[in-house]
Amino acid sequence: MIRGRREEKLSTFQVEVVVENKQYVRDPEGETILKDLLVLNGYSSVKKVRTAKLLRMWVDADDQKKAVELVSKMCNDLRIYNPVVSTCAVSASE
Amino acid sequence: MVKVAVIRFPGSNCDLDVLHVLGNVLGVQADLVWHRNENLGGYDAVVLPGGFSYGDCLRGGVIAAHSPAVSQVKKMAADGKPVLGICNGFQILVESELLPGALLRNDSLKFTCKWTACKVATSRTPFTRLLEPNTIVRMPVAHNEGRFYVEEDDYRRLASRDQVVFKYVSEDGRETPEANPNGSFDNVAGICNEKGNVVGLMPHPERASESILDPNGEGLGLRVFQSMLETLSR
Repeated sequence: MIRGRREEKLSTFQVEVVVENKQYVRDPEGETILKDLLVLNGYSSVKKVRTAKLLRMWVDADDQKKAVELVSKMCNDLRIYNPVVSTCAVSASE
Repeated sequence: MVKVAVIRFPGSNCDLDVLHVLGNVLGVQADLVWHRNENLGGYDAVVLPGGFSYGDCLRGGVIAAHSPAVSQVKKMAADGKPVLGICNGFQILVESELLPGALLRNDSLKFTCKWTACKVATSRTPFTRLLEPNTIVRMPVAHNEGRFYVEEDDYRRLASRDQVVFKYVSEDGRETPEANPNGSFDNVAGICNEKGNVVGLMPHPERASESILDPNGEGLGLRVFQSMLETLSR
């Protein structure tokens, strides 16, 4: 019964994790997109492109802050990103 | 008798090649061990073979790094037993933090499959004991994410602790950008942990272990596995 009541209080939050190479780590894919697609097709005002990986998750939690905390902990525990070369940004919306 | 485990993950594809070299070429008792296995206690050494464990989802090697077999590999590494990671196996060792750094997408953005010349940088590991420093071992690479990266200060520390094991070189032994198939930092092809018992490399010694498979007819990759046996026999 207690468990059932607790579950009623949970909401589902959409959490986004963006894993991106640190700025000083080369991103040849971004360089190629810039050089061979954007600039070659006239978008020369674009000066830099960095690619990244996006993980979108749906997480049950008491509130948005707890959803972000859980996912942040998970990203560190499970090495969702390699801290040697990447940064990891976590954000949430209901 | 020496017993070697070859870990098989879903997506491994060089496991049988390693098993062939150990079992048929060298006559060692080698077993394929499924990644869910939680007991590697009876093995003297372990090889993590190449392939695409878990389809390289998220990042090459990261999911395999959390498997029960790899937690056993960590214990073997801590006990000082020889641990070798080849290609995807190297990625797994990096992602399980048994080896430092990261393996990024090749700077060519291409899956690169070709023979490379690799210079032995140190003989202190159980996998290079029978290879003199500066010996050139020709081995093929076949990977998309093999660009070894560490920050410069960390690399200096790595080099000063004699943790660089193989470097890509030209046929005449020079470390040139052309000899580097993936843009690895300082032409690094393989490294080891501080103790030296855990070695990871991107090239495939198991595909260069018989003269008939080697365009140069040398088959020097076999020395990597012979070195391991020599170490275990002491």
